[in-house]
Amino acid sequence: MDVQAWTYLIVGLTFALYIGIAIWAKAGSTKEFYVAGAGVPPLANGMATAADWMSAASFISMAGLISFMGYDGSIYLMGWTGGYVLLALLLAPYLRKFGKFTVPDFVGDRYYSNAARTVAVICAIFVSFTYVAGQMRGVGVVFSRFLEVPINFGILIGMGIVFFYAVLGGMKGITYTQVAQYCVLIFAYMVPAIFIAIQITGTPLPQQGFGSMLTPEYGGGYLLDKLDGLHEQLGFTAYTDGSKPMIDVFFITFALMVGTAGLPHVIVRFFTVPKVRDARISAGWALVFIALLYTTAPAVAAFARYNLINTVSNTQYAELPSWFKTWEGTGLIAWVDKNDDGAVQYVNGKAFAGKPAFTEGEGAEGQRLISNELTDNSNELYIDRDIMVLANPEIANLPAWVIALVAAGGLAAALSTAAGLLLVISTSVAHDLIKKQFNPDLSEKAEVTIARISVACAVLIAGYFGINPPGFVAQVVAFAFGLAASSFFPVIIMGIFYKKMNKEGAIAGMLSGILFTAAYIIYFKFINPAANTSENWFLGISPEGIGTVGMIINFVVSFVVSKITPAPPEDIQELVDSLRYPKGAGEASMH
Amino acid sequence: MEKGQLQEYWQTNIKYLVGLLAVWFVVSYGFGILLVEPLDAIRFPEWTGGGGFKLGFWFAQQGSIYVFVLLIFVYVALMNRLDKQYDVHEE
Repeated sequence: MDVQAWTYLIVGLTFALYIGIAIWAKAGSTKEFYVAGAGVPPLANGMATAADWMSAASFISMAGLISFMGYDGSIYLMGWTGGYVLLALLLAPYLRKFGKFTVPDFVGDRYYSNAARTVAVICAIFVSFTYVAGQMRGVGVVFSRFLEVPINFGILIGMGIVFFYAVLGGMKGITYTQVAQYCVLIFAYMVPAIFIAIQITGTPLPQQGFGSMLTPEYGGGYLLDKLDGLHEQLGFTAYTDGSKPMIDVFFITFALMVGTAGLPHVIVRFFTVPKVRDARISAGWALVFIALLYTTAPAVAAFARYNLINTVSNTQYAELPSWFKTWEGTGLIAWVDKNDDGAVQYVNGKAFAGKPAFTEGEGAEGQRLISNELTDNSNELYIDRDIMVLANPEIANLPAWVIALVAAGGLAAALSTAAGLLLVISTSVAHDLIKKQFNPDLSEKAEVTIARISVACAVLIAGYFGINPPGFVAQVVAFAFGLAASSFFPVIIMGIFYKKMNKEGAIAGMLSGILFTAAYIIYFKFINPAANTSENWFLGISPEGIGTVGMIINFVVSFVVSKITPAPPEDIQELVDSLRYPKGAGEASMH
Repeated sequence: MEKGQLQEYWQTNIKYLVGLLAVWFVVSYGFGILLVEPLDAIRFPEWTGGGGFKLGFWFAQQGSIYVFVLLIFVYVALMNRLDKQYDVHEE
């Protein structure tokens, strides 16, 4: 069987599995729809959380990014795992004890204020939409490359699947589907990684392989030393050294960690377990399952980097393997023969300005021609970072079924995250806005119906953005983490650990944190992108890391304001006391 | 539960948090970022099969993540014991 037949088979089987689970786990009540009846065992919740968290970006893009960034890629590895320690220690158990459905629920009740709740709802919806558009796009890319259907048709299929199990099953359907999706995606990630580790280092464990010796066929010597040497030769910064300033690495890592702990679709997972102690341990399980992929990713990155340089550097175009031409066909690779020698020169620097603009006709070697303005360095190669994971099995010459498996894994990662986000959006609309703000007398049955309708609308809007991606998707990811870091995280932490924090302090803190962070990001990303260089940054902190400063501002402002305004009412202080010990948590309540 | 006892339970919890978060900070921001250069002068011993790893780089891309996982499980164990001790655990 060829790659395409294998892909149809494996993707078809996994989709049938997801639909089967959705039918089995149909939700009846609001509690089942929002928090899966608070009856998910911690191990299963950990797996579902891991699938929810690991998006198309983690699965498809992250190893590619690290591959090109070397040491600097550590910001993602530490930033997207360290937040779970904060979740398990500082947030999850207390929010579970609180026992409601959503983050805005907590903010609204703890700060006895509908204004605070509204700010929280708007942030939750904004953060979730930002994210979900990117997932739909990821689904489209996988479909178009592996099943050779147009990207838009791929997005429609993806929408149909998510629509089916999110509308039908709510959180219950989503959770159990995510357990299956985790298994698919981790298997799909590990198999090629293990294959390649054996191939080039002779050890099956990728985590160990990338610190060990290359096999004699690959030239021997330590892989990382070889990479550093190759990088030096080609004019790149050494692979194990970074080129970002230390202060920026520090602040970006911190913003990603705190942002992770403040993301509503992650926090809501801890409302779904039966007990407080389950909330603690399920954060632990989630991180185990996440760590499996996150410790493999840097190994995959190093293997792919080595294979890539070895395969393309100074190779005649005519002798390049077929994957090079396949990806050139999708427009994610481009080559310009600057010195007319027919071979690929790959060195540091951009081959040409911007993304490749292909023109009709072929060059002397049969390559696709581009019309971009060439730079005056000697680099001739353009490679989109996103292809590293998807092309990796082909670069390493692995069997067709492994390549098909990677496609199914990418889809599982994108769909599971999309579903979790869509649920947050629908809960925010049905529960936090309609039920809490406009119509408190809404019956439970009507609320579930409204929640289903809003999931359906959210799927359509997300699909629209997937088909017509706004140019700013990549830029707004910094936004999602920055906003979560500068708004939700401080406000929840203080709600639990600082009994005297009041409504005035919380609102002032959230607004100042968000406004500062948003203004900084909007200025550098949209108003004046030309000035987005380290000389112009505040203390040398990039827009990606500014959420950390926003968080500090939030903490300081809310503390000062709470000191000069009246203390919170007695019953709120008692509520905070009761959050602090597990006994009597009971089930997530209907108020 | 009595106020004084709750206070004591909470103080112990805070003590655990401070200790564990100190480790969290040291392995990631300390070893992986601030001290990465001096640590990169040290390598894994040959026999581990990971002799290509410089220590700072390893903490940034591997070690910190393993420690994060460990920290959560240590916290879970400490708190389960503490909950029983103060009789605030769930049935």
